[in-house]
Amino acid sequence: MAKKKFVVGCFDDEAVLFPAVKKVRTAGYKIHDVYTPFAVHGLDHAMGLRETSLHTAGFIYGITGTATALSSISWIFTKDWPLNIGGKPHFALPAWIPIMFELTVLFAAVGMVLTFCYLCQLAPFVKKHHFHARATDDLFVMVIECTDKTNTDDLQAFLTSNGALETKVEVAEDGWWLGRYDKDEMPFEENQIVAA
Amino acid sequence: MHLKYESQLREPLVYGDKTYKQVTEDIVRPIEAKPTKLWYVGFYIAVALLMFGVYSVYREVTYGIGEWNLNKTVGWGWDITNFVWWVGIGHAGTLISAILLLFRQGWRTGVNRAAEAMTIFAVMCAGQFPIFHMGRVWMAFFVLPYPNSRGPLWVNFNSPLLWDVFAISTYFTVSLLFWYSGLIPDFATVRDRAFTKLRKRLYGIASFGWTGSTKHWQRHESLSLVLAGLSTPLVLSVHTIVSFDFATSVIPGWHTTIFPPYFVAGAIFSGFAMVQTLMIIVRKVFAMEDYVTIGHIEAMNKVIVLTGSIVGIAYLTELFMGWYSQNKYEGYTFWYSRAYLFSPYGWSYWGMMACNVLSPQIFWFRKMRRNIFVTFFMSIIVNIGMWFERFVIIVTSLYRDYLPSSWSVYYSPTIWEIGFYAGTFGLFFTCFFLFAKYFPVIAIAEIKYVLKTTGEGYKNQMANIEEQKLEEFVHEHAHH
Repeated sequence: MAKKKFVVGCFDDEAVLFPAVKKVRTAGYKIHDVYTPFAVHGLDHAMGLRETSLHTAGFIYGITGTATALSSISWIFTKDWPLNIGGKPHFALPAWIPIMFELTVLFAAVGMVLTFCYLCQLAPFVKKHHFHARATDDLFVMVIECTDKTNTDDLQAFLTSNGALETKVEVAEDGWWLGRYDKDEMPFEENQIVAA
Repeated sequence: MHLKYESQLREPLVYGDKTYKQVTEDIVRPIEAKPTKLWYVGFYIAVALLMFGVYSVYREVTYGIGEWNLNKTVGWGWDITNFVWWVGIGHAGTLISAILLLFRQGWRTGVNRAAEAMTIFAVMCAGQFPIFHMGRVWMAFFVLPYPNSRGPLWVNFNSPLLWDVFAISTYFTVSLLFWYSGLIPDFATVRDRAFTKLRKRLYGIASFGWTGSTKHWQRHESLSLVLAGLSTPLVLSVHTIVSFDFATSVIPGWHTTIFPPYFVAGAIFSGFAMVQTLMIIVRKVFAMEDYVTIGHIEAMNKVIVLTGSIVGIAYLTELFMGWYSQNKYEGYTFWYSRAYLFSPYGWSYWGMMACNVLSPQIFWFRKMRRNIFVTFFMSIIVNIGMWFERFVIIVTSLYRDYLPSSWSVYYSPTIWEIGFYAGTFGLFFTCFFLFAKYFPVIAIAEIKYVLKTTGEGYKNQMANIEEQKLEEFVHEHAHH
C-alpha cells in the first residue's frame, strides 16, 4: 500500500476532543481516524461514522446455528438411523431444544468474533502503523489525511488552537502487514527502573 | 456525549485521584515487575498439585476405573461431584461480565477480567472429570457427532449427557472468545509500553495489531454487547443442562423439577465465593485496593446472601416435597439418607446446610459484608458447602435406591480420586498464577471508560455541581 501523509494531533481529554473533531470536520478536513485508549461513546457519531452491522451478522450466524442443529438432528434421527429410544417419537423436538440453543449461541459467537477480526483486520502477527505510542494509554490521537492542497503548518496550528497538546506530520502506511513490534520505539524505557 | 455525572451518594468505583495514565501504571505494574517470592511459592505448590493430579489420572487410565472406589450403585462419586462443583464455579465470570453488563452494573469493571479468567480455568478443570470418568478415555471422541465407520452410529441427541457435551463446550468457547476479545485492547496497552524486545514481540502477537481506532472500538462495543446478550441465556442454560443430568433420571432425590433454578442459583453462589477468594488475594498482593474496592466486595456479598438463600429455600422445598408427595422412596432419601443426622451420610447434609444456608446469613449485616476477613473466611466456607451439596445429591441418592438388596457399602474415595481432584486445583491455580502475572488482571480500557463518572477524584469535583440549580445544570451539561 502506498504511503500517505498525515497530520497528527494529540489530546488528553475527551471533553476537548469532541469540539475539536467537530471543528476539524466543519473546516473541511478529512479525519483519517481517532485512536483512543478506550471506547469513547458518541465519538463515532461525532466523526460521522455509520453504525456497525456486526449485530446483524451475529443474528444471521445465530439462525444458521439453529438451522444446522435442527436439520442435522432431524435427518439423523428420522432418516439416517432412526434409533428407538424408549419407544419415543423419532422426531423428538423438545429434547433437541438444548442442542439447538447451544449451537445458535456457538455459531453466533464464533461467527461474530471472526467477522469482527476480519473487519478490523485483527490477527496474530498483524502489524499496523501507530501514530502515537500513548494512544493505548492516555492520549486521544486525531489523525487527519493530507491532500495535495493541505497546508500542514496551518493545520497543525489549527489543531493546537483547538486544544491539541502535541502535533506532528507523519508519512505512513495506512494498511496492515505481517510484522513484529520489537523494532518499535520504546518511549517507556524508564519503566524498567521503576519496575525493578 | 453522555453526561459525566453520577451522584455522590454512590460509592466511587475507583479510589484515589487517578488519571488515565495512573490507571495504566497501576494495572500494568505487576506485569512489568519481577514476580515476588510469594508468587513463586504459590506457583510451585500449584504445579506440584498438578503433577500429583497427572499421576493420579495416569493410574486411572492405566489400571482402569477400578482405581477409584466407585461401586455398583455409586457409579458417580467424587468425579461427578467435582465436575458439577467446578462448572458451578465457572458461572460467576460470565454472570459478572454478561448479565451485569446488560444490567449496567458499573462495579463489574473492577472484577470482570479476573472472574472471566476464573470461569475459563474452572470449566477446563470441570471438563476433565466426565472425560476421565469414561474409563476408556481414548474413546472420548465417540461423543462427537460425525459420520463414522461404526454404522454410522450417531450419538443420542435426546440424552442430557450429550446436551452437556454441547453446553459445556459451547460455554467454554464463548467464554474464551468473550474474554479474549476484551483482552485485545489491554494487550495493546501492555505492548505499547513494553520495554524489552521480547515483551514487544509477544504482546504484539497477542494484541492482534490493535490500534484503538474509533471504528474498531465501535465494532468492539457492538461485539461485547451481543456476546453479553448471548452469554446471558447461555450461562443459565449450562447449569440447567447440568441439572438435567440428574433431573431427567428416575432416581429418588434427583427426579425433581426444581433442579434447574436451584442449580443455577447454587452455581452463582459458589462462583461468587470463588471470585471473592481470588480477588481478596489479588487486590492485596498487587496493591489494587483502589480498583477492587470494599464496595465491590460488598456488592458480591449481597449476591452471595441472595443466592445462598435461594439455595436454602430449594433445600427446604425438597424436604417438603419429600413428605408432601407421600412417595416413600423420595421420603426415605430426603428424610433418612439426607436429613437424618445419624444416617451414614447425614453429616454431609448438615455440613451443607451449615455452610450454604446458615452461615451466609451473616451477610445481612453491612459490617460483615464490608469485612475482608469475614468475607474471605465465608468464601471458603461457601465453596466447601457447595461441594457438599453436590456430594449429597449424588451419593445419598445412589448408595441406597429402590431395592435394599442392591444397597451399596459405604462409599469413600481412594487416594487417586482425591489426587485427581487435587490435580484440578493444581491446574486451576497454575493457570491463575500465570494469568495474574502475564495478563492485565483488571480490564484497563473499561476502568478508563468509567473513571470520569465513578472515580473518587472526579466525583469530588461534582460537589459544587450538586449544589447547582437544575436549570443551570441542564444548561451546562445537556447539550448535544
